[in-house]
Amino acid sequence: MGLEAKLQTDGFITTTIDAMVSWARKSAVWPMPMGISCCGIELMAVGGAKYDIARFGSEVMRFTPRQCDLMIVAGTVTYKMSHVVRKIYDQMPDPKWVIAMGVCTSTGGMYRSYPVVQGIDQFLPVDIYLAGCPPRPDNLLNALMMIQEKIGKTRARDFQDAPLTETN
Amino acid sequence: MERLQKGEVHPRIIQALLDQDSGITVDDALDNEMILNMGPQHPATHGVLRVLLRLDGETVVASVPDLGYLHRGYEKMAENMSYYEYIPHTDRLDYISPPANNTAYCLAVEKLLGIEAPKRAQYIRMIFCELSRIASHMIAIGALGMDVGALTVFMWCIREREKILNIYDLVCGARFTTSYTRIGGVSVDINDVAKAKIAEFIDQFLGQLEEIEKLINTNRIFLERLDGIGVISKEEAISLGITGPTLRGSGVEHDIRTASPYLCYNEVDFKVAVQTEGDSLARYFVRADEVRESAKIIRQCLERMPSGDTMLNSPKKVLPRKTEVYTKMEELIHDFMIMNFGVKPPVGEIYSAVENPKGELGFYIVSRGEGHPWKMKIKSPSFTNLQSLGPLVAGHMVSDVVAIIGSIDPVMGEADK
Amino acid sequence: MLTKEFLSEKLSAGFPELKFEFSEFRDEITVKLSKSFIVTVCDYLKNTEGLQFNYLEDITAIDWARKKERFEVVYILFSIDLKQRLKVKVGVEEKDAKVDSVSVIWKAANWFERETYDMYGITFNDHPDLRRMYMPEEFQHHPLRKDYPLMGHPGDLSLPQK
Repeated sequence: MGLEAKLQTDGFITTTIDAMVSWARKSAVWPMPMGISCCGIELMAVGGAKYDIARFGSEVMRFTPRQCDLMIVAGTVTYKMSHVVRKIYDQMPDPKWVIAMGVCTSTGGMYRSYPVVQGIDQFLPVDIYLAGCPPRPDNLLNALMMIQEKIGKTRARDFQDAPLTETN
Repeated sequence: MERLQKGEVHPRIIQALLDQDSGITVDDALDNEMILNMGPQHPATHGVLRVLLRLDGETVVASVPDLGYLHRGYEKMAENMSYYEYIPHTDRLDYISPPANNTAYCLAVEKLLGIEAPKRAQYIRMIFCELSRIASHMIAIGALGMDVGALTVFMWCIREREKILNIYDLVCGARFTTSYTRIGGVSVDINDVAKAKIAEFIDQFLGQLEEIEKLINTNRIFLERLDGIGVISKEEAISLGITGPTLRGSGVEHDIRTASPYLCYNEVDFKVAVQTEGDSLARYFVRADEVRESAKIIRQCLERMPSGDTMLNSPKKVLPRKTEVYTKMEELIHDFMIMNFGVKPPVGEIYSAVENPKGELGFYIVSRGEGHPWKMKIKSPSFTNLQSLGPLVAGHMVSDVVAIIGSIDPVMGEADK
Repeated sequence: MLTKEFLSEKLSAGFPELKFEFSEFRDEITVKLSKSFIVTVCDYLKNTEGLQFNYLEDITAIDWARKKERFEVVYILFSIDLKQRLKVKVGVEEKDAKVDSVSVIWKAANWFERETYDMYGITFNDHPDLRRMYMPEEFQHHPLRKDYPLMGHPGDLSLPQK
């Protein structure tokens, strides 16, 4: 099936560094579970046995931003929280991706009220907007696959000269 | 109104921390205090709780919780939408047990309107309240286990919870945020398949609970991390307004289900779980016992559930059935009026409280006879329970803070509203 | 079960010179009194035989917008021993939006009063730690007042730089 099948025949493969790097990157996306509210519970369910995010190589949920490359913002982001979310995003090493899980993070959703940020794209670059309130776990897995597809298309040199973000 | 200058912003909370005099004396005091910020992004704070801790060495001398990172303006939104529109919002208050919140809200509005749901609907609501209590306590026990280092328990508890979510899915079409109840009843009746599935779940669940208990009740690490940690006395607990399992863990036998029975709780037989120690371990035992009682209640409900309507037939107060809206003029008019102008309760104010998994969830609604509430206040159990965090953690180690937060099991969605 | 007659008898025995307004709706009793006596009356309600309201369930306020007494502070009390509930109200004018704190009687009042201060801007005298509960400290409005719009004013709360 995998690489080991090649070992029997030629013993080597040819590929590009880009393909190699993006394959490695997309097969082990370490998510930063930014579980803020209700969606965080569904995020927990994705980690559980039934939906099992480990099948996609993303079971390593790190609560420190420095070891993650995908931020799943799960839950309503208020103005007070937005500064925290942004700071954590800034602390993640490049390259990094963001899933806006649920309608609250995507557009403000059902919370049209004074403390809620109407869409986190006002202060964060977002790669995938995920519908649902909250999205079903299968839907989150779908989003993860889409992110993997997106990562698979990147080239290693795209991030070579990326400016360093200032963290504090 | 005093206006804050930009430079004063952070000192205010730190000043509150420094002003606190908890009277803790530390052996071998370092006399070199430090302030540790915990949260709002921290795996053990169960959401977005932020706690500032003042430490001497590793001992907590004082602490100040900071809330509001999930303040979504629920009470303001309630003033701007009709009573029916607000039902989905109640799901997201205590987002670990949505059907219980739906029931609490609908009971409050029904009390305001002066109506009562049919018997069958009440039994269905009871089944769902208790199912959600099991689901919530499973998360509480699992997360508490995870906080003190037992990850297996968490996986097992999540597995049990998934089975309950499947039942929700089967009955009301949503696995998580159910919005199941309506004013005057429940949205859909439960069929025999669902009934069989609930009975099947209850039968296997008690065995699974025993397995979980076998894993942690004799585990020395689990016991020693919780035994004698975060003790709160009976008088202190009442004065601080603590509710739910946290209150009952301190030896106060107070449960709204027996104190002022709502739904049909006076018709079923169950015990209120009480422990007297008042520490984190006692709160865990209360939860485990409560889950057993919930299973007992569900069994009785399934046996005794009467047949009949699940929606009250009361024009102008309760939405008519969809089939009738499409075929009858009168119902169409009522549907139109309720959808556009809302149900109009009489002028007055009520406070209605139920026993949620986390404690007493109350709705205080002030009506001026309009289609939307003039004022709605949500008394959320997690908010009051969190208030006890300061006295609970004082004098303990930093690592115990995690265990104490896990044992009072706050949900920030309702604590912050 | 608490009745209006019993309550009024008890209260007039304790405070013969005070005026109480009683109202009842759906079997719930509300008593309204002047705000300067709230602490002594609450103390009496907590410690009197037959009332024993030892458990404070909630404190909140109502903004009546156009009335002369713009705010009403509501205390919801419960007695764990006698299983009875009572609502106590005091009227507060906008110009003098100050009430004495009851946190000396029930410790639970601490956060409830902070929340009421945050949402309505009513200050509580002798409160141990009166800060905002939910909103950021630099926020300058009180959102649950009726003159504050649902979506807030643009720029009230800051966002981080993109």
